[in-house]
This record gives sequence, structure tokens and C-alpha cells, in this order.
Amino acid sequence: MSKSLVFIEQRGGKVKRASLEALSKAAALGGDVIAVAIGGTGTAADAASLGNYGATKVFAFENESLANYSANAYAKLISKIAKEESVSLVFLSATAMGKDLAPRLSVRLGGALASDCVDVKHEDGKWIATRYVYSGKAVATLELQGEINIFSLRPNVFPAVKKSDAAAEVITSVYEPESADLKTIVKEIVVSAGKLDVAEADIVVSGGRGMKAPEHFNLLEDLAKVLGGAVGASRAVVDAGWRPHSEQVGQTGKVVSPKLYIACGVSGAVQHLAGMSSSKIIVAINKDKDAPIFQVADYGIVGDVFEILPQLTEEFKKVLAH
Amino acid sequence: MNIAVCISQVPDTSARIKIASDGKTIETADVNFVINPYDEFALEEAVKLKEKFAGSTVSVFTIGGDNVIANLRKAFAVGADKAVHLKDETPKDAAGVAAILAEAIKSHFGAVPDLVFFGKESTDFNDAQVGPMVAELLGIPAVTVVVALETDGTTAKIEREIEGGKEMIEAGLPLVITAQKGLNTPRVANMKGIMAAKSKPIETKPVSTDAHSKLSLTKLEKPPQKQVGKMVGTAAELVGLLHTEAKVV
Ligand SMILES: Cc1cc2nc3c(=O)[nH]c(=O)nc-3n(C[C@H](O)[C@H](O)[C@H](O)COP(=O)(O)OP(=O)(O)OC[C@H]3O[C@@H](n4cnc5c(N)ncnc54)[C@H](O)[C@@H]3O)c2cc1C
Ligand SMILES: Nc1ncnc2c1ncn2[C@@H]1O[C@H](COP(=O)(O)O)[C@@H](O)[C@H]1O
Repeated sequence: MSKSLVFIEQRGGKVKRASLEALSKAAALGGDVIAVAIGGTGTAADAASLGNYGATKVFAFENESLANYSANAYAKLISKIAKEESVSLVFLSATAMGKDLAPRLSVRLGGALASDCVDVKHEDGKWIATRYVYSGKAVATLELQGEINIFSLRPNVFPAVKKSDAAAEVITSVYEPESADLKTIVKEIVVSAGKLDVAEADIVVSGGRGMKAPEHFNLLEDLAKVLGGAVGASRAVVDAGWRPHSEQVGQTGKVVSPKLYIACGVSGAVQHLAGMSSSKIIVAINKDKDAPIFQVADYGIVGDVFEILPQLTEEFKKVLAH
Repeated sequence: MNIAVCISQVPDTSARIKIASDGKTIETADVNFVINPYDEFALEEAVKLKEKFAGSTVSVFTIGGDNVIANLRKAFAVGADKAVHLKDETPKDAAGVAAILAEAIKSHFGAVPDLVFFGKESTDFNDAQVGPMVAELLGIPAVTVVVALETDGTTAKIEREIEGGKEMIEAGLPLVITAQKGLNTPRVANMKGIMAAKSKPIETKPVSTDAHSKLSLTKLEKPPQKQVGKMVGTAAELVGLLHTEAKVV
């Protein structure tokens, strides 16, 4: 039977949903599942609840020097537990942190690595991963043949499933920073205040050049607020300086897979589609009926964003009020 | 400073991807291979540092077939000094690529260079693996997805993009950096650069291909085709469908 390790990422003492998704997937694949949580004060306290998502044991490393991400220290602690516990599978979420850690772990553990997976399965005794390649234009099936196989999972693709009320056994470990751990130090984290990141949002309302001017993005902000979503942007509007690059969706921006993506005044260039075509439901609003965005849309309205957006916000308000 | 930049060649972003008859690779006949867009940011940053620190060298490393030569000349034209072509036609996974690059970098400089630049990811396999893997193999730290870099030659102040914000990082050299869009604006080669590129040296080295891979690509296919969507007339109708049919709100 396989034994899995899931790395639990947290920010400000709160476990990230993407980590619960990874934990749920590991649990669904069967076998014993352990978790490693690393962070500042409060990390251990939160860890028992990971039992609800299928972890039997949680190794918690709590130290103020671990409150911010420290690549070397985190990689060291995770690979130490992976070795001590003789796991054969490691799961992370393909977040900024997970993507940074996974390749380091694969070298340290000598394992095979599949990143940003949208599916993982065990078939005929083989570990198989599915992932998008060529910026979303093709799908690759990979077979992993390491003694340890490592998967980073694309956020928002796998459901986070609360299985039981079982608490996990929490093993709090002492951590003493060593000089090698401190080769890179995060001095500060600058957060775009109160904003949900496009890559993490369940709903993304995104605008393109069809929005005509930066001030019109308040129409999208209003809609995003009603839906509890985030605002995204095409490269054209980011290049024009209307929106920050952190909001850009696409090949040279972020890859998003929310449950609802609403594209407003976006033409649907291949590079944009590369970033959002794996969204569950895609809505397009564009005045050009031949815009390529309609080819990937589940629902489309041919019309003027300035007319439709305010109506849409009102209609959503009505539905959500019930 | 000794500076290394690793570049890969990828289909240009507007290329149509056709799966070859083996079901594992793409048809390359009509595809224009360019320098991976993120590697252009890596290269530009390296050249900027060379201009700032007198006596620096920028060496470019690439693994690939003979179609890499044109891109190496492009790298020369914007300021790279030397190029190492690790000649290999068989596709490698990220671990294989990283092992070859780490070895080649060490032997080229005779030691670990001060800075080793990569792209954040390649736009063909989108692994985002090679940079941090090489760092581990060279035994030096890496900072990934970098949007700002300032260095005095010994230490560096770095901004790295994370979800919803940025991490401000301090690190010592030597260091691996993976470049994200926003780090700089890559320059366009001028006539002088293009002329100079013609006489700069490309060192070609064969690659031993016996490395055992723990990862195999068994199938490549087009993503599932979406069914033709529904066109609706009004906002009210759309919201109704999202609520009752798609059940997303
Ligand atoms: C190397 C490279 C990387 C790239 N990476 C990305 C990337 O990551 N992300 C990305 O988005 N792009 C990327 N691009 C750019 C991409 O090719 C397109 O240029 C860009 O996506 C177009 O943005 P847009 O849809 O906002 O603008 P346009 O293509 O100009 O489309 C505007 C749309 O708005 C519609 N419109 C206009 N007015 C209205 C109105 N009143 N109501 C409704 N609709 C209206 C128009 O019909 C049109 O379809 C990249 C390009 C290259 C070369
Ligand atoms: N064949 C290659 N030759 C040289 N550098 C490469 C090669 N493949 C990938 N790289 C480097 O590794 C980075 C990340 O690639 P990847 O891990 O494949 O997403 C790229 O941006 C390049 O800097």
C-alpha cells in the first residue's frame, strides 16, 4: 500500500484551500496519508483539523523564522519527513510556493516529478499524471516511475472534501534554523490589499481592450464584488497600463481554472485562451459575434459590455439575494 | 561577474499545435521555434548586469538540435558573449535537462558562476522545474518567478511574485534566478549587435543520452473540444442559466 505525504501551505496561520484539495486527492487515492505543516506560531494548533480531510498524522514545524517562506528550510524539513516516514508519494499544490518547492524535493528525494497536474491516477500498478502542455494547446499523459513520485496539483481542479470529524495526530517538531536554511530570506510580503488573486478565485470577471478605458473597470469590480470573485485582464490592457500584471490571464500571465470565468470585451487570442480555457464554465460578452472567445464559451452574449455589465450585476444580485 | 543564461527553444506563441502520428510529439515542419519568451527576460537581465559590472561575461547554454543556432545568434546580437550548444535531438524531461545543464555550467566556468538565469517556465512543457533543479544540483539557492533584481555583486535584493502580492527577498550570490515577465523589457538587437554576433564563438558539445528517466510521456493529445456554447439574448436569461443549468451561482 502506498504512503503519501502532503505539504500543507498556509498564509497568516490559515491553511490554504489548495492544500486541502491536494490532501483530499491524496486521501481519495488511498493508502496512509500524512501531512507536513510548516509556519509561524499557530501552525500546530490548526493542524489537527487536517484529519477531517484525510490526514492520519500531521508533522507540524512551528517557528517564527518559518512564518515566511524559506525555500531551503522548507525543502529540508519536507524531505526529512518524507525519508523518515518512507513515503512513496508526495503531493503539493501548484501555487507559487508549491512550484518553487517541488523541483527541489525531486532532486533531494531522487523522485519523479509531474507539475501542475489536472489528474492523477493509479492504473495497472502505474502512477499516471495528466497535465496541460504547450500553454494549454495539448494534454500530456505521463507515467512516473520513481521510487518516490511527486505531484503538484493545479489549484481549483480537485475538490476539497471534508470526510469526517476525525482529528489527526499532531506531532510538533522543534526546528532550529541553520545558516544554510537562511541563504534566502523573505524580508517582507507586500500584499495587494484586500484583493483576491485571480489564480485563487472561484469566479473571475475579466476585461479586455473592449472595456475601452481603465476607469470602466469599475463595472467589472462591481460585478466581481457581487460574486465574491476577482478581476482579471487581457495582456492588451496590462500592456496599456490599465491593470497590473498580477491580474493578467494567459500564456505570459496566470493560468486560472475557476468555476466561472466571465470574459468581457476580450477577443480570445490563443495566448489568452491558454490561461483560462480549463475554467469550468466560460461566459463571453463581446460585440463581435465572430470573436474567437465564443468558440470556448459555454454561454455567450453578443452585445455591448457597457450595456450588459450593469444589467448582469443587477441580475446576479437578485439571484444571490434568495 | 560570471553569468550563465539557459535558454530553450519553443514553438512561437501563435503556432498551431498538431500532434504527430506517434501520438507523443508535435509536428514541427511548419512550426517556427523561438527563444522561450521568459528566457528573453533572463537574457536581458544578464546583459544589463554585464553592462553594469565591467569584466563580466554572459554565457548562454542550450540543449537541442541544430535548429538552436539561429537563436544563439540572436542571443549574441543582444549582448551575450559566449554560447554552449549541448547537442541532443532526443527530448529530455526536466530532470534530464537540469543534470546536463548543471554539468555544462560547472565545466564551462570551472566553478559555480555568480548568477545563473532561467525563464520562469518554458512555454512548451510549462514545467517550471529546470531552474530550481539546477540550483539544487549546483548547491546554491534559487529564487523563482522574479520581477525585480538589484545586486552589488555579493548580495541581492529580489522581488518575487506570489498569489496576491510579492515577496521581498535578500540573498547572497551565487544564485539561481528564474525570470518572470515584468523583470525588464528585452531590447531589440541593433545592426552593430547583429554584425558582432556573426563572429562570436559557439561551442558545440555532444550529450551522452544514457541517463535513465523516471518520467515518460505516453500520450499527447488535443484538449477535449468544448461543445458549441449557447448564445443568449439578455443578462437576465444568462444569469438564469448560470443558476439553474450550470449551477455555478
Ligand atoms: C508572446 C505573447 C504572449 C502573450 N501572452 C498573452 C497573455 O498572457 N494574455 C493575453 O491576454 N494575451 C497575451 N498575448 C496577446 C494576445 O495575442 C492578444 O493581443 C490579447 O489577448 C488581446 O487582448 P484583448 O482581447 O483585450 O484585445 P483585442 O484583441 O483588441 O480584443 C478586444 C475585444 O473587445 C471587443 N469589444 C470592443 N468593444 C466592445 C464593447 N463595447 N462591448 C463588447 N465587446 C467589445 C472586440 O470585439 C474585441 O473582440 C500574448 C501575445 C504574445 C505575442
Ligand atoms: N533544452 C533546454 N536548454 C536550455 N535551457 C532549458 C532547456 N529547457 C528548459 N530550459 C531552461 O529552464 C527553464 C524552465 O523550463 P521548464 O522547467 O521546462 O519549464 C527555461 O525557461 C529555460 O531557462
